[in-house]
Amino acid sequence: MFFNLSLRYKLPLWGGLLIVITALTLSLSFMGQAYDDLKQDVLRSSEDLGLTMSRALFPLMLHDDVWRAFEMVSLPFQDGIRANTMHAESLIVLDPNKRIYVSSHPERYPLLSDLAAIGREFAYVDKELVTLQAGETQVLEPPDSSRLFIAVPIISDGMTLGTLLVVHDTSAFWFRFLRLAGRAFWITLIVLGVLLPINWYWGQGMTKPLSLLARHMVTIHHQLPEALEPGIYKYGDELGQLYKAFAEMVAQLKEKALLEKQMIQSERMAAVGRLTAGIAHEINNPLGGMFNAISTLKRHVSLDSVAQMTISHLDRGLQQIRETVAALLVEAKLKNRSLTAQDFDDVRLLVTPSAYKKRIELAWSISIDEPVSLPSTLVRQILINLLLNAIQAASDGGHVSLQASMNGNSLLLRVENDGKTLTSEQIGTLFEPFSRFSEQGNGLGLWITYQIVQQLKGEITAGADAGFTHFLVLLPLSDLKDENV
Amino acid sequence: MLRRTFIGLLLLLVTGTSLGADKTLRVGITPASLNDQLALLEMWRDYLQHRLKRPVEFVQRERYRETMDLLQQHKLDFAWVCDYPYIAMGNEVKLLAVPVNQGKPIYRSYLIVPAKDTHTRSIADLKGAVFAYADPLSNTGYLAPRFDIKQAGYDPQTFFRRTFFTWSHRKAIEAVASGLAQGAAVDSYVWQTLAKVSPNLTARTRVVKQSEAFGFPPFVANRSVSQADFDAMRAALLDMSKNPAGQALLAKLNLDGFIAGSPDLYKSVAHMAAVIGQP
Repeated sequence: MFFNLSLRYKLPLWGGLLIVITALTLSLSFMGQAYDDLKQDVLRSSEDLGLTMSRALFPLMLHDDVWRAFEMVSLPFQDGIRANTMHAESLIVLDPNKRIYVSSHPERYPLLSDLAAIGREFAYVDKELVTLQAGETQVLEPPDSSRLFIAVPIISDGMTLGTLLVVHDTSAFWFRFLRLAGRAFWITLIVLGVLLPINWYWGQGMTKPLSLLARHMVTIHHQLPEALEPGIYKYGDELGQLYKAFAEMVAQLKEKALLEKQMIQSERMAAVGRLTAGIAHEINNPLGGMFNAISTLKRHVSLDSVAQMTISHLDRGLQQIRETVAALLVEAKLKNRSLTAQDFDDVRLLVTPSAYKKRIELAWSISIDEPVSLPSTLVRQILINLLLNAIQAASDGGHVSLQASMNGNSLLLRVENDGKTLTSEQIGTLFEPFSRFSEQGNGLGLWITYQIVQQLKGEITAGADAGFTHFLVLLPLSDLKDENV
Repeated sequence: MLRRTFIGLLLLLVTGTSLGADKTLRVGITPASLNDQLALLEMWRDYLQHRLKRPVEFVQRERYRETMDLLQQHKLDFAWVCDYPYIAMGNEVKLLAVPVNQGKPIYRSYLIVPAKDTHTRSIADLKGAVFAYADPLSNTGYLAPRFDIKQAGYDPQTFFRRTFFTWSHRKAIEAVASGLAQGAAVDSYVWQTLAKVSPNLTARTRVVKQSEAFGFPPFVANRSVSQADFDAMRAALLDMSKNPAGQALLAKLNLDGFIAGSPDLYKSVAHMAAVIGQP
């Protein structure tokens, strides 16, 4: 369940978990260390005090001065005396028989009582207490007890008079430790309070672009993914590289799809061309025979008026078929000369009446100075077809423009009009013969234009943008020595 | 600076002793009085110097034995001691004056136990206990309780399980209050004065029994003291109740005044000492 979560949550959660674990581990180890230190401090200061006091107690015990010994051991516990920094609970002086010689709290630990009789912990001490040498101390920690005992011998010149027990209630330094731990707890909370939001913010910033990328990638099976907006992620790390690679991939995929589309279209056009040419030839052959037959009939047979009318009817019908077929074949077998600026003027002269009829403004921009080595007749036909189409498509009082320029080793023609723009579906089948989009004419104008451009090894594309429909024709310059193209 | 002052004082001391008439009077102070009230003692000494027109020195010793030694070595002219040392020193000292407390020149021995102990009725109940004595030469803090034990039919040497000396009545009270000792016998004058100045301390003890009355711890004069000095000092003490400065001091000492007194006041103590035997 958790492992399927979005990285947007998973990454910050993991990070948060690690931060919490780290903080807790550090705090705990710190507190453990602090506890040890505290205990060592207490033990050390108790040992110091015990050793000092045992030296002072020796002469008092030697002279059996119970009262002075009492004054000595109860001194650290008097009100207003700060010497008791070790937080000892009490001091007990034992005689060699482990009976209480004197204690700082005689009500709790009365004189002459046997150590073992005071309580379980004291019985443990009674049992475990060993004979100590001068300067030695023994730490006794009875099990299941909050008390801790430090035993110091009262000894001088090898003569042992007894033992001083420093009694600690460990709950006293537990209290100190808890105060310390409380402080550590708040510091940990503050650190977590700072680190966790930072971690969350960082994790979100890291994974947001990643999940956006993932969403885009998922759609790649059904459709071309949208290119990501630039600037979503601007760093050069792995994520940035991923973004760059993705953008490149999308661009390449788009290019490939476009290429495929163009290929399919041109293959289709070629197939249509082959088909029409085949059909035209098949029609042309019997058509020739039919014209011969009609000619023979007219010349050698005297016909009555009805027959003559019928024959002439047939003749006109066949004539129309031949024209149509000829148009389909687009056979250019005209004598050619190079294209000059004069040709453009001629074309303008030819299309002006149509434009005038629809009050269309013609914008003419020709940057051709020298004769261009392209067959002028064919280029003129292309221009006339495209311009008449444009005028027809433009709205009344609209605009049509022509731009002609040299583009490297090619002639670039651009015809534009401001009529109804074409849909991408219309553009796809625009150049097919008898296209349904022509409102007038035989629907062969663009087909013929396409065929001519193909013959000139050029390219023609149509497009629409910003309310304008445009046709672009790119014609590579040819070697005009070959008279018939 | 300090050294110069010290030398000056030393010179003053030397000239004082050499001049005879201006000889410093040395007064021994024992735990029979409230010997830990140092400021009060200083005021009292200043008062006496003013009255006697000569230097007075208070010599404090913690144990009666030491003060007795100083008297016997003639290093003290006067001393405020306990009944028992007075009896014990016999002819070596003369009775100088007896303080009057609550209208009478008497005091008693209080048998005290911790306030928590509610069952003890007499010293016999404390058999086998831990008992605090004040001083082996104290009347109320040693002689009187041992006399009582003997009267009750026990041997004072073995009656208690453990005994120790605190060398002062105040500390004997502290020993009982803290629970260190299960009982002690103390000077009634000290207990009552403490009940005024440190009521918290005495409240932690309970007075089980009061002894018969004894003569109040006396001021004694060394046998060697001249009659003039003896008279001067006695007059200075007896006059205290007659002037405001002296009265203020007496109030602080929790005393009414001083009388010349009679050795007969201490007969009962001498009897007890005879029964118990010399320390």
